[in-house]
Amino acid sequence: MTVSQTISSAPAASDSGRKLLRYTFSERVNHWIAGLTYVYCLMTGLAFWSPYLFWLATIVGGGPTARFWHPWFGIVFTVSVFAMYKAWRIDMRTTDADLAWKKAIPYYIRNEDEKLPPIGRFNYGQKLFFWLMFYGAITLLISGLALWFVESIPWSLRWLRYLAIFLHVTAGLATIGGFIIHVYMGAAMVRGGFNSIVRGEVSATWARTHHRLWYERITQQKTSQH
Amino acid sequence: MSQATLQIVKISGHAGTVPGAGVERAEQVCKLVDTTTCIGCKACEVACLEWNGYQFTETTFDNSYQTMPETAWNYWNLIKFNEHEREDGTLQLLMRKDQCMHCADPGCLAACPADGAIVQYANGIVDFQQQNCIGCGYCVSGCPFDIPKFNPTTKKMFKCTLCADRVTVGLEPACIKACPTGCLHFGTKDDMKAIAENRAEQLREHFDFKDAGVYDPAGVGGTGVIYVLHDVKNPEAYGGLPHDPHIPWVVRVWKGPAKWLGNLAMVGGILGVALHYLRFGPKEVDASKDGGPQP
Repeated sequence: MTVSQTISSAPAASDSGRKLLRYTFSERVNHWIAGLTYVYCLMTGLAFWSPYLFWLATIVGGGPTARFWHPWFGIVFTVSVFAMYKAWRIDMRTTDADLAWKKAIPYYIRNEDEKLPPIGRFNYGQKLFFWLMFYGAITLLISGLALWFVESIPWSLRWLRYLAIFLHVTAGLATIGGFIIHVYMGAAMVRGGFNSIVRGEVSATWARTHHRLWYERITQQKTSQH
Repeated sequence: MSQATLQIVKISGHAGTVPGAGVERAEQVCKLVDTTTCIGCKACEVACLEWNGYQFTETTFDNSYQTMPETAWNYWNLIKFNEHEREDGTLQLLMRKDQCMHCADPGCLAACPADGAIVQYANGIVDFQQQNCIGCGYCVSGCPFDIPKFNPTTKKMFKCTLCADRVTVGLEPACIKACPTGCLHFGTKDDMKAIAENRAEQLREHFDFKDAGVYDPAGVGGTGVIYVLHDVKNPEAYGGLPHDPHIPWVVRVWKGPAKWLGNLAMVGGILGVALHYLRFGPKEVDASKDGGPQP
C-alpha cells in the first residue's frame, strides 16, 4: 500500500455534479422489506423479551396479534435476506483491500478517512454486518421454527427446545447490536448513505471518497461503454 | 386509604367485630394421588371433562390401557399405564394420574412473557388466565413435566386448574370427587403430606415395597400434587415422572442474568453510537472537491 493509493488523491474534473447508481431499484425495495420486517420482529421480540418492553406489543395491536405475526414477518425477513445474499454475495467477499482497511479502522472511527486505503463496493464493516445478518437470519429462522412448533419437539428431545431458546436469544441480541450500528451509520454518521438506499444514487465524489475501487471499476466500465 | 388485598385485623373507632378478620388461615392446598390404590378406572378423567365442559373425544389406542399418549389442551387429566418388571421378575402394572403438578416454583410462570397470563394463588394453585395469554408457548419450554398444551383454534394455552373455581367456593376438585377407591385425597399440603407419609410407611412395613415413598420434588419447591409411589427411587417407571425436576437452567439464565446483560448491552450500544456522534460527528464528503478547484 503506497501513499499515492489513499483516498486523498485528487478528484477527476469530470466528477462535477455526476451521480452514480449505487443500489438498483430491486436492491432498494428488498432492503426496505428486510428493514421493515426486521423492525417489526425487533419490536415484538423485545416485547416478549422483557415485561418492561411489553408495551411495544401493545402499539402493534396487542400481545396475541404480535405473537401471531412475529413468525410470519420473520419468514419474510429471512426470504429478503436470502435475496440480498443472491444479489450481494460476490461483493460481500472479504478481499485483500478489506484486510488493509481493517487494520486502519481506528482512522475510520475517528473520521480521518484520508488515511484509509481504498476499498470496493462495501467496506469491511458493511461486510461484517451483512454476514452477521445472513447467519443471524438463518439461526433465527431455524430456532424460531422450533419455538413456533415447540410441541412438535418430542419430550425425549426437549434439549432442542432449550437450545432453540438459547440460539434465538443469542442471535437476536447479536443482530440488534449490528442493527444499532447499521442504523446509526446509515442514517446519521455517513452522510449520503441514507439517500443512496432510498433513491439509489451517490455523488461521484462520495463514491470516490468512500469506495474508491468500486468508483474506479464502474467509471472505467462507463467510459468504455460510451 | 383502604387496601383491598390486605386483611384488616383492627379498626379504630369501630363498633362491633372487624369484618373478615380471622375467618381463615391461608392454607396451601394439595392433591394426594396414591398410585398404590389406583385401579385405572378413569373416573377422574371423565369428571375432569364434565366439570370443565369438554367433550369426550375418541381415544388413541397405543397398545396400552391409556386413553391417549399424553394430556391435551382439552384433556387435562390422564391416567398413565406402565408395565414395569421388578428385580425379582414379577410384573407391576403402574397407574399414575398425570396432570399439572402446581409447582411452588412454577417453570411455566417463570418462562411466560405475557402480563398476568399465569398466576399463582396464595393457596398454591397455578392458573392460566387465557384472556392474558398470547399463545407463545414459552410455558411449554419452562415446564419440567410437559403439561401446558396449545389450543390451535383460540391460540391459548391450557392445563389443569386444580379446579380453582371449585376450590374457591370450598369444593374439592372434580377428579377427587369422582374417585371410587379413595386413592385421591384433597386438603391442605400439611395434611396430605401426613397422610401420604403414613401410607408410605404402611407400604414399607406391611407390604413388599421397601422403597415406598412420597413424591414431592424439592427441585421445584415442592408440588401441589403429591404421589405415594411403590418405589420412590424410580419415578420414571410411572410414565416418565422426572426423578429430579427443576426449571431448565436455560430458562433460568434467559429470564435472569441474560435479560439484564442483554438490556445493558443494548443500552450500551445506543449510548456508544450517540457518544461517537457527539465526539466525532458525521462523515461528510467535501462538496467543494466535487469538480471544484484542485487542491
